[in-house]
Amino acid sequence: MDVVWEHREAIALAFAYTVLLFVFAGVGSLIGGTLLTAMRVGPIKVLRWAAAIYVTLVRNTPLLIVIFFFRLAAPKMDLRFDFVDVVLPTTVGDVRINNIFAACTVGLTVYTAAFVCEALRSGVNAVPLGQAEAARAIGMPFAGVMRYVVLPQAFRASIPPLANVQIALLKNTTVAGALGVSEAFIRMRGLLNDNPTARISLFIAFAAIFVVLVEVLSFVANRLERRVRVA
Amino acid sequence: MSGSVLYDAPGPRTIARHRVYTVIASVGLLALLAYAVLRLQQNGQFEYQKWEPFVSPVFIETILVDGVLETLKMAFSAILLAVGFGVLFGIGKLSEHGWVRWPCWAVVEFWRAVPVLLNIIFFGILLGLDSTTNRYWAVVIALMLYNGAVLAEVFRAGINAVPKGQVEAAYAVGMRKSQVMLAIQLPQAVKIMLPALISQCVVALKDTALGYVVLAPGLTFVMRLIYANPDHGQNQIPTVIVIGGIYVLLNLILTVIATWVQRKFVGEKKVLEVSMVGEGDPSAAPVK
Amino acid sequence: MRRMKLGMAAVAVLLAGSLTACGDAGEDDDAPEVEAESDCDDKFEEGSRMAELSDAGEIAIGNRVDQPGLGQQDTPDSVPEGFDIDMAKLLIADLCIDPESDAVEWTEAVSEQREQFLQDGVVDLVAASYSITDDRRQLVGQAGPYMITGQQVLVPIDSDVESIDDLQGEEVCAAEGSTSLENINTAGAVGVPAANYGQCAEDVVNGTVPAMSTDGSILRGLAQQYEGEVKVVGPEFSEERIGIGYSKDYPEMCEWINEVLTEAFEDGTWEESFNAHLSSEDEEAPEPPTLDECQA
Repeated sequence: MDVVWEHREAIALAFAYTVLLFVFAGVGSLIGGTLLTAMRVGPIKVLRWAAAIYVTLVRNTPLLIVIFFFRLAAPKMDLRFDFVDVVLPTTVGDVRINNIFAACTVGLTVYTAAFVCEALRSGVNAVPLGQAEAARAIGMPFAGVMRYVVLPQAFRASIPPLANVQIALLKNTTVAGALGVSEAFIRMRGLLNDNPTARISLFIAFAAIFVVLVEVLSFVANRLERRVRVA
Repeated sequence: MSGSVLYDAPGPRTIARHRVYTVIASVGLLALLAYAVLRLQQNGQFEYQKWEPFVSPVFIETILVDGVLETLKMAFSAILLAVGFGVLFGIGKLSEHGWVRWPCWAVVEFWRAVPVLLNIIFFGILLGLDSTTNRYWAVVIALMLYNGAVLAEVFRAGINAVPKGQVEAAYAVGMRKSQVMLAIQLPQAVKIMLPALISQCVVALKDTALGYVVLAPGLTFVMRLIYANPDHGQNQIPTVIVIGGIYVLLNLILTVIATWVQRKFVGEKKVLEVSMVGEGDPSAAPVK
Repeated sequence: MRRMKLGMAAVAVLLAGSLTACGDAGEDDDAPEVEAESDCDDKFEEGSRMAELSDAGEIAIGNRVDQPGLGQQDTPDSVPEGFDIDMAKLLIADLCIDPESDAVEWTEAVSEQREQFLQDGVVDLVAASYSITDDRRQLVGQAGPYMITGQQVLVPIDSDVESIDDLQGEEVCAAEGSTSLENINTAGAVGVPAANYGQCAEDVVNGTVPAMSTDGSILRGLAQQYEGEVKVVGPEFSEERIGIGYSKDYPEMCEWINEVLTEAFEDGTWEESFNAHLSSEDEEAPEPPTLDECQA
């Protein structure tokens, strides 16, 4: 465990990247997924198809390939993220939010949005028929039905599946490490190689931090679900 | 379809309005598509050189044999092992004895929460990443642990989904605990679990791509081989499109099979849904 | 794939006698052909590692697969090519093992794993742009150097950067776990770790990072691969002495490696291989370096 303590700053910096990837991609995917859901359940057929095709394609493609696309293929068609260049100084070292970080975040967002859409759609499906019917009966248009009646209830019903999607996202940020962000996975790989005698304790340390983060997320989700639950 | 729930059958004015929206949406989507194609065209992504490997027999053979076949082998060995792992720990989690239930619960929770990539690199380095065989097994073991942990939960839920009366009836005719499990609960649970099992195959198949980080065999290895070859003039985009397409195709085939199995064995019932983490509280005594 | 490659090699050998200067011939066609020695019965001292390997008729080599000119592999099964590989082949052949046959197991050894491979005995020799350092010599044996090179900078062709000094505080890519990465930080730039050099080079080509930096020989190979898109610039700001790695358990291998390398320096095989893989047309191969003495 000495080795773990010795490298605590490097480990903290790595998890700072992990958490930032998670936060950016998490927010992005919730916004993107909501838009996709609106398209998917809306009355315009073309948009329904477009959303369905998007979800089917992205859900069935490995995340690694999606991020690979934005990291190493997209520049070939002049799609870059050079405008992103921020250095956040922290006590454990600089966090560099650069084009590599941005490309990975976009990849994670695009991928996760498809799953958010699926989770929300299952929530929409869980809203009792009568609710939407009643809303329509008092003359609400589609947008109103969605905005005031269906989506609030759908979000509530979607909290468990959405939490699952976001937990998966947290674990998926490691894929960004394989493609150039100095987050927890790539840092663990470096440390495992540099410290052959402490491999098991290093692995357990990294794994345990992930377990804790995952448990925190599911705790928050449980609390949230309880709070918004209709009594 | 939820659509019909959310809005009335449209009247003439709504139909007209929807027609306008449809046109706008179609034009927007087409413009987006055209812009993407134009971008690709401007950057020479349709040159024959960049697509040549995907029409030359040597590379098609490499893609199919070293890519698709290896990937499928990896995914299915992982799933087979994961089923074993899942059955073992799933039953463990249902045990009446706390000293069996709690450790099984801990093992399952741990492997469900640790990212697969961490496992791959850990087991890879433990095994030694020196041979293709070891890289292959590093991925298989990592996938076995993760998918096994998920399947343990599926399995537990499957057993619990068997109607209580069945178990009670079995005990009533004098069956022992193991007999009830083997003869009554298991066969019915497997039927309920099948579709969830097959969708887990999709997850495993996608996750084999993570073998990229240890240069494990399979589609991602072939991907690197193709775009890194200077003869192909940096064809990352065509390569991603083709390799990604193959993954999508394989997964869609699996999904079709899952749907068919669902219809045939389970009927139109809802697919068994299992939460990722934070459920299956081990302090809850099993249903008996 | 493999069949095609061997076929092409055969054609190249046939033509080699009649056509000496063929402008368009692929760069690797002039690489020296290495034939296995045939008589190893009493060549090596009884009980030495060389005798063991020769008797077993099998050997495992740790090499690079993503460094054009040094060690590159086209398909998972093919025999790799490059200057490092040629040196390994000379050693293999000296053990009476056919370097093109399946008796040789070629294994990708990425930077951070080379010592471990030797220590665990998963490879017998490492020929993977392996710079000799005192640190590494604590862990493994290193014979050579068979090449001396220095760290330079690879930038996009239209870049104004002239040396590492122009990149103060900028991001510069290098493979994770390599000495190059430490040297970059020492020189005042910000080292960005990548999984391998291929990914670094792609990032430079794409403009994702302004530069990458490692041994000049590696960079020249990459510059050849991405011809017209990148260039190698700057003075060498470190000296890398590239050698062959072996396990410390078998110190007797050092003298043997040095002997084989000396022979290659003297009979011109070394120069032939250097010209084939690493020098451009107008460049002469340098003098072979002086080998280190084997420690006891």
